[in-house]
Amino acid sequence: MLAFVLRRVFQSIIVLLVVGLVAFSMFTFVGDPIDNMLGQERTQADIERLRQQLGLDQPFVVQYWNFLQNAAQGNFGVSYRQGRPVSEILLERAPATLELAAVSALFAMALGIGLGVFTAIRRDGVASNLIMSISLIGVSLPTFLIGILLIWVFAVELSWLPSFGRGEVVQVGGWSTGFLTSSGLKALILPAITLGLYQMTLIMRLVRSEMLEVLRQDYIRFARARGLRERAVNFRHALKNTLVPVITVTGLQLGAIIAFAIITETVFQWPGVGLLFINAIQFVDIPVMAAYLMLISVMFVGINLIVDLLYFAIDPRLRAGRGKGH
Amino acid sequence: MTDAVLSVRDLVVEIPTRHAVLKPVDGVSFDIAPGEILGVVGESGAGKSMTGNAVIGLLDRPAHISGGEILLKGQRIDNLPYARMRKLRGAEIGMVFQDPLTSLNPLLTIGDQLSETMIEHLGISQAEARKRAIAALDEVGIPGAADRIDSYPHEFSGGMRQRVVIALALCAEPSLVIADEPTTALDVSVQAQIIALLRRLCRERDTSVMLITHDMGVIAETADRVAVVYAGRLAELGPVAEVLGRPRHPYTEGLMGSTPAASAGRARLHQIPGSMPRLGHLPPGCPFHPRCPKAQDDCRADPAPTLAACNGRAACWHPVNSPESEAAE
Amino acid sequence: MSDASQGASRHTDASAEKPTPRSRFGRAWESDFAWKFRHSPVAIIASAVALLIVLAAIFAPLIAPVDPFDPGALNLMNGFTPPGTPNAFTNETFLLGTDDQGRDVFSTILYGLRISLFVGVSAVLFAMVLGVTLGLIAGYVGGWVDTIIMRIADIQLTFPSILVAMLIFGIAKGVTPVGYRDQMAIWVLILAIGLSDWVQFARVVRGATLVQAGREYVQAARLIGRKGPAIMLRHILPNVLSPVLVIATISLALAIIAEATLSFLGVGAPPTQPSLGTLIRIGQGFLFSGEWWILFFPALTLLALALSVNLLGDWLRDALNPRLK
Repeated sequence: MLAFVLRRVFQSIIVLLVVGLVAFSMFTFVGDPIDNMLGQERTQADIERLRQQLGLDQPFVVQYWNFLQNAAQGNFGVSYRQGRPVSEILLERAPATLELAAVSALFAMALGIGLGVFTAIRRDGVASNLIMSISLIGVSLPTFLIGILLIWVFAVELSWLPSFGRGEVVQVGGWSTGFLTSSGLKALILPAITLGLYQMTLIMRLVRSEMLEVLRQDYIRFARARGLRERAVNFRHALKNTLVPVITVTGLQLGAIIAFAIITETVFQWPGVGLLFINAIQFVDIPVMAAYLMLISVMFVGINLIVDLLYFAIDPRLRAGRGKGH
Repeated sequence: MTDAVLSVRDLVVEIPTRHAVLKPVDGVSFDIAPGEILGVVGESGAGKSMTGNAVIGLLDRPAHISGGEILLKGQRIDNLPYARMRKLRGAEIGMVFQDPLTSLNPLLTIGDQLSETMIEHLGISQAEARKRAIAALDEVGIPGAADRIDSYPHEFSGGMRQRVVIALALCAEPSLVIADEPTTALDVSVQAQIIALLRRLCRERDTSVMLITHDMGVIAETADRVAVVYAGRLAELGPVAEVLGRPRHPYTEGLMGSTPAASAGRARLHQIPGSMPRLGHLPPGCPFHPRCPKAQDDCRADPAPTLAACNGRAACWHPVNSPESEAAE
Repeated sequence: MSDASQGASRHTDASAEKPTPRSRFGRAWESDFAWKFRHSPVAIIASAVALLIVLAAIFAPLIAPVDPFDPGALNLMNGFTPPGTPNAFTNETFLLGTDDQGRDVFSTILYGLRISLFVGVSAVLFAMVLGVTLGLIAGYVGGWVDTIIMRIADIQLTFPSILVAMLIFGIAKGVTPVGYRDQMAIWVLILAIGLSDWVQFARVVRGATLVQAGREYVQAARLIGRKGPAIMLRHILPNVLSPVLVIATISLALAIIAEATLSFLGVGAPPTQPSLGTLIRIGQGFLFSGEWWILFFPALTLLALALSVNLLGDWLRDALNPRLK
């Protein structure tokens, strides 16, 4: 078990180093930072001074090492566009994205697992066939269209909910939260549904297909042959076995939610890091792009690691390595 | 025969497919008396397992019972609603599956799986169920049952797992156990132990057994009577010594010839030529006639011979080893 | 008929009862695949819709009432004409209305479709060629080449492909000189989406290659000095044809959606060459002022396109590989 964890941690570090290399290469090869930071009226002396200041006169490997050290300390330099430290901007924007992602993830998991189990148990029912057909459309629908559709119905036609922004936010020790005001909560509903809907559909379809697979297993037949109640067969025997593979994908989906927040944040003008990233791409603001890439990689790698460890908590066969019984 | 534990009358199981309606079980009738072990033998695909699944009401869709009836202690059970049938499963009819590696839920301890079954059917407390679970494990020969009760299935060997499965099938004291190829997936060395265990436990409790297998050796050692199934129909039915000693149906005779242990006295092992016809491609008349060395014109014409239409022992117009055929020689 | 085949037919007399259709078309019609197609209303409708859309895109210049990118044909007075009703000033009628600049929405959709489909198909072709090549190399060469290719694939798979595409788009945009950015945008889009989507192809082909590389004929070909890759390609391609086709169809739906998404976000097709996504981005601005048709019709078209290709891909996967169901 320890060896497994160490190997996973090692692999994670490799991934981060590769992503770091990509981010660093962006700094080095894409757009000239000197060009970007100094205006038209610049002297050769200005350029030289800035080159030294940024360490651009040093060898590649040294520069990469410096970059990694800086990145580890959360120092990604200064945004070309806003002229402020990238870390400062990111910290300011992070709560908006994290709150949105958390609510969406909760929505996606609760409804996804619930509907997945339902459609698997009632596999030939009218309701489940209907849900499955709608979900196929849901998977095919681009996220931004769902967002626009929701805005159209609930903001334009019905005027029930706001179509953009976070509403009123409250500062709680450096963290701006929209959970504490009614306008903040109302503003959260449409973006959270938009962001969660796609993941919800994926989780639902996965839970359903895994559950159907499990329901075909011999031990389910045997549980039925022992006369257990359908509820016990479905939930005690089938659902638990279903969740083992579901956890991986669900975990990865949670990571994807943070990435897909880019789209939702653009549709709803939600002031999070995703909107920041899209603006950075539009204006080729390399430090912000690189920082966002590093940030999201750390999150993804972290989530992957947690998912792997969760396996041990659920599946006794994997825990067997610790030598119980024999 | 109202004293029979299980009575199957003209059972037909159908599977509708794209092209045709298949009949994996077609007009099968037999009884099992209290405490009796009925061996059901045949090639794979002959309809043995399908019959067992029909009896316990666990046919996989789209297969379904389309004719005949099944009686348990004189009560019809083939038309019971799902909820009432469920109460009979485990409590009145137990089942042992072929592969012990896949029959147990990998994420629940064997103690949990035993307890849930007993609590469901016997209405006992959790603590009582645990006590009985240890006793049940002890009885099927799991060493150190009290320590092993909280183990997960993967912590046992195949043979041990099949013992657990047998404990599970018997723990709510059913009057009939359907054992579907209980030893096929096991090492040869443990097969005999498992069969002996099953026989001993059922004899002790006076539990009837429907033992489904393709192994003539197992039948010879274990069963009281034997039913030979071919292409979804009964080919021969009778006391084990008679059917194995003097088979009347040419198919049974062929089966005996291809089983090393049962044919030890013969000079050489011979095979039945050809293979069992696929469902949906049954020939007219007796389904065995294309492979039968004694086939004659009436065998190729409808209707096919049935047990009832013949002598009640073998569904064959021209039985071998019968008093008449020997008299003719 | 030779003796051997007569012997064989005797054993399988059941299947010989079916008359064998002579022509190639007849055989294809009788095949299992065609049978499944004819009996799936979803597949028939989806392919009909997809075909209609593709034809509309190909013949856009013939179908479209006006060329929306010909400034001479535009009349600002026609701006914001609702669908099907004559304009108050010019008395002209437009099937699906006009946008703020008086451009016919129906025509912009037809031309937008061309760009969406062109980017989607090109990106998938690019991903397919790249993926098949890399998969073949990884499987055939093995060793550290294999390790590096598949590691990169693994790392890329950690991230959602839309994010990878955005990033590649951003980098490529950064590399492109400022004056050429709009002109190059379409090609950059194809590159970005294609690069974000090669992994699936590579994995399937690599798997098939590993199986074939162990076969005797490849060993034999190597022994007599024949070029292994060429022979393998001949044997591998037929084996991977159906999974690659399935992946390509599903990828096409994803690529179309990815293109629309990027363009909608403003990091894709520029307003000078609007794809469906760009049109929706433009239309969103008029949602609150009541000119719903500028948004609605492009969105509906995108929906029909994405849905039909997706359903087709889904059906193909089930039809060609029942085990995946």
